[in-house]
Amino acid sequence: MTAIGVEIAVDAPEPIVPGAPSPQPLWLDFWRGIADDNPVMIQMLGLCPTMAISNQLSNGLGMGAATLFVLVCSSLLISSLRKVIPNEVRLATYILIIATFVTISDLVMQAYFPLLSRTLGAFVPLIVVNCIILGRAEAFAGKVGVRRAVADAFGQGFGFMVALLIMCIVREVIGSGTFLGFQLFGPHYEPWVFMIMPPGGFLTMGLMFLTMGWWGERKKAKLAEVAK
Amino acid sequence: MSGHEHSHGAPAAPTPDAGSSTARLLFTLAFFGSLGGGILAYTYQQTLTPIRKFAGEKVEAAVKEVLGGPATIDTLFLVGDKLSQELPAGADVLEATKLFIGFNEAGERIGVAVEEWTPGFAAEVRLMVGFNPTTGALTGFKVLAQTETPGLGDKIAKDTSFASRFMGKIVNPLKGTKNPTTDPSTVQTLTGATISSKAVIKVINKAVETWKPRLEAYEKGGGK
Repeated sequence: MTAIGVEIAVDAPEPIVPGAPSPQPLWLDFWRGIADDNPVMIQMLGLCPTMAISNQLSNGLGMGAATLFVLVCSSLLISSLRKVIPNEVRLATYILIIATFVTISDLVMQAYFPLLSRTLGAFVPLIVVNCIILGRAEAFAGKVGVRRAVADAFGQGFGFMVALLIMCIVREVIGSGTFLGFQLFGPHYEPWVFMIMPPGGFLTMGLMFLTMGWWGERKKAKLAEVAK
Repeated sequence: MSGHEHSHGAPAAPTPDAGSSTARLLFTLAFFGSLGGGILAYTYQQTLTPIRKFAGEKVEAAVKEVLGGPATIDTLFLVGDKLSQELPAGADVLEATKLFIGFNEAGERIGVAVEEWTPGFAAEVRLMVGFNPTTGALTGFKVLAQTETPGLGDKIAKDTSFASRFMGKIVNPLKGTKNPTTDPSTVQTLTGATISSKAVIKVINKAVETWKPRLEAYEKGGGK
């Protein structure tokens, strides 16, 4: 489908690694993670932290920022070292690199954002096993140049954050009647506590997926109409 | 037939990547392992001071709150099962089990504060409990850690009216009831969160029952 000539034009010095993602402009590598290939809403990855910590907006911001940091740093390192890392131990090496950055972000959070760190609890250390990060390392960063890997990491990181923030805002506003801890509806609002408990998380997530699915179908239908 | 026809090609073809040597694999993992370890050791050292500072401040704030703002605070450490003014050499101040004694401006003891816990509805309920060891009256409590049900059990930490029900109650021991009460040793539990409320009462009883004798033994032993 794509001619060799096009591939060379986009990312000239890159030899094509088997299984590497097809060449694309940098902005598309970034944008794909937020919209068409969103890690939570489309790839359905990282659902566990999304469910668990999305009952408060501050949690979402903290978790999103920590994941973005780990994703960008590990993608940068993995992409720049991809020719040095032997194929047989690549996953072990990726995990070592990822675990290092996760522990850094955990320690920094404990030191400078202690309250946030307490509410996020085990979920910051658990970023190590977040499929989004290892998935990007294996499917993308380990196979492409540094610029593309970083653009992709920013896209996936922000994509994860966007999904988290949508969940957090819906759940915090309805479930606690607050926004970032500020009272929204005055003292007479009885918060719908259900929303900050796990069932409310499932409900919110389901509605989010439903909206995304409906939106995707609508887009497809429009394209089909244009094609006619 | 395919097996034989390969003989005309390059002999090393099927081994993937010509197979990296074991030494190289070991070296790669050892290198990344020690690099990560080194970076983490540095980060750990850099963040240790702020992390410990926060942990200390948190305890101090809780002590001040449950004792109603004492002018000065004395700290006693639990060594073995006895209270002592000094920690054995090498022990970590933050890790040690402590009893805090609060004094007012006149130098009179207004109460002591200790940390205690018990299993709650979900996981442990950990409190800082302040009480007057002479009268057995509660001066306050603060929830340090809890994971009770949001909206129901977590009111033990978030609902200030719940905490105020305990103020000045006499622990001998404390009991819980579902109805409003004026009994000096009975506290009304939270609607829909009886188990969480009872956990709080249990921690308070445990704190007084465990620590009052320890303090008395310490004072009899001539400490102070």
